[in-house]
Amino acid sequence: MSRIFKFNSDVDTDQIIASQYLLLPNIDEMKEHAFESLSTDFAKDVKEGDIIVADENFGCGSSREQAPAVLKALGVKAIVAKSFARIFYRNAINIGLPVIVSKEVYDYVNDGDTADVDMNEGVIKTAGRDFNCTKLPEYMQNILNAGGLIAFLNEDK
Amino acid sequence: MGHTLIEKIIMRNTGMESVTPGNIVDVNVDRVMIHDIFIPFVKDKFEEMGFKKLWDEDKVVLIYDHLVPTSAVEDVRHFKIGDEFVKKYGVKHFHKADGICHQLMPQMGYAKPGNIVFGTDSHTTTYGCVGCFSSGVGYTEMAAILGTGQMWVRVPETIKIVINGQLPANVMSKDIILRIIGDLRSDGATYKVLEFSGSTVDAMSVSSRMTMSNMAIEAGAKAALFAPDEKTCEYSKVEMKDVEWLKADADATYCHVMEYDAKDFVPSVACPSQVDNIKAVNEVEGTKLDQVFIGSCTNGRLEDIKVTADILRGKKVAPYVKLIVTPASRSIYKEAVDAGYIKDLVSAGAIVTQPGCGLCCGRACGILTDGERVLATNNRNFLGRMGTSKVEIFLGSPATAAASAITGEITVPGEVKLQ
Repeated sequence: MSRIFKFNSDVDTDQIIASQYLLLPNIDEMKEHAFESLSTDFAKDVKEGDIIVADENFGCGSSREQAPAVLKALGVKAIVAKSFARIFYRNAINIGLPVIVSKEVYDYVNDGDTADVDMNEGVIKTAGRDFNCTKLPEYMQNILNAGGLIAFLNEDK
Repeated sequence: MGHTLIEKIIMRNTGMESVTPGNIVDVNVDRVMIHDIFIPFVKDKFEEMGFKKLWDEDKVVLIYDHLVPTSAVEDVRHFKIGDEFVKKYGVKHFHKADGICHQLMPQMGYAKPGNIVFGTDSHTTTYGCVGCFSSGVGYTEMAAILGTGQMWVRVPETIKIVINGQLPANVMSKDIILRIIGDLRSDGATYKVLEFSGSTVDAMSVSSRMTMSNMAIEAGAKAALFAPDEKTCEYSKVEMKDVEWLKADADATYCHVMEYDAKDFVPSVACPSQVDNIKAVNEVEGTKLDQVFIGSCTNGRLEDIKVTADILRGKKVAPYVKLIVTPASRSIYKEAVDAGYIKDLVSAGAIVTQPGCGLCCGRACGILTDGERVLATNNRNFLGRMGTSKVEIFLGSPATAAASAITGEITVPGEVKLQ
């Protein structure tokens, strides 16, 4: 079971990981500072396999790939949002972090609820319901299935 | 069936006879831009992918700007890694202290009309000012382009934005794009392209257009395009006959059309802490300020500095306000010196800094702390962007910023003369 961490709309990449931490030498050092400006204990509380559920436009703002990278490094298994900002969405798939569009899940769950996420079927079981999520275009699904762009390109060779 | 600007660029690039929004196509990248913050990550991923050489050394531009000059010891590591990368892989175009990447790319002719360019920064949309399809990517994707010269893109839908007529005397292109972002909201153009046209746009300088394409990402846009005209050709040093193909067809298909009458625009600001939280300046007039910032890849060009100098000439910045002015490139800085604008600014009490991104990305040259308020001409007012998360950031035009620096509070500017 995954614990749900719930976020509002327009979560920007500066909130996920602020610019001043981008100079730290690696993602593991950066990840402790995730969502710091929102004064949450997210970075401490999140466990391997947990998920983020968000309203519209998750990941808007900068092109920093460190934003999805710190969330993945903290153990986030998937992000379910009503919509995603474009660069964040591509970056997440390129590093093998599933980003799932669902217009419904957000409205049915509370922070701290649990969910079962079936990535293959694109189904999220939570709040006593099964939610079917929008599937990725095949090209992007193949990158995600390979575990990200590096693995995908290496498969090609 | 006709095509939009973005479709024309993708068709020309791929040799495809027709493309439709939703198609996924591989494009041939004309140029890439990498900046100092992300070069260590790009290098790691490039080598992890097993590439031994760049696909084309001449098409790679590395620009140091976010950390210039260094403000912390760890910044130096990025320069060392960048310097080594240039040497090892033979990068042809390298700028260590010439200005902000999004100014240099069109200014130096790296991004030209009809090109497809990707950069490791979200404001890469800027080069749409000369009719270039340019967009931001992450470091993994950049590493893949460096090795292959290719990038897959989904052909985007286009929102057509038509602006006709004469702007009010105190309105700049910054006020236009702020209003449009307010109307679209911060995700209103996600996955889409903005295509600007109309007599107001035709009358604008390339610099004014640059401010608008720069900020298109704040509505989520993938790119923001202006069809090239005589001014573009002069700026980009290309012949009109070579770019005549680059115009939208009259029967092109748009997902949405927005029409504006220029006389309806007013000086505007984005209020804390989202770029789509737009108000007219007169609604927040009198709000006390601690600092004013004029510069960045959004508004650090010669016309912006001229407007600032015209307003400040013979006047003084309010005693409790720090006014920081940052030209977008070294050549702009020199032109501003030659024109006497820098003397006007310094005489009025401004701090004029070297070109760079330091303050806009919250790293150096004027960062703020809890309870302080700044009016700035850059492109983002996110929480914590220019200091701590308890700093209030308002975004406005250089004219609004300069007028406010004198009074020490948010102020409606008087008449603006760009030329």
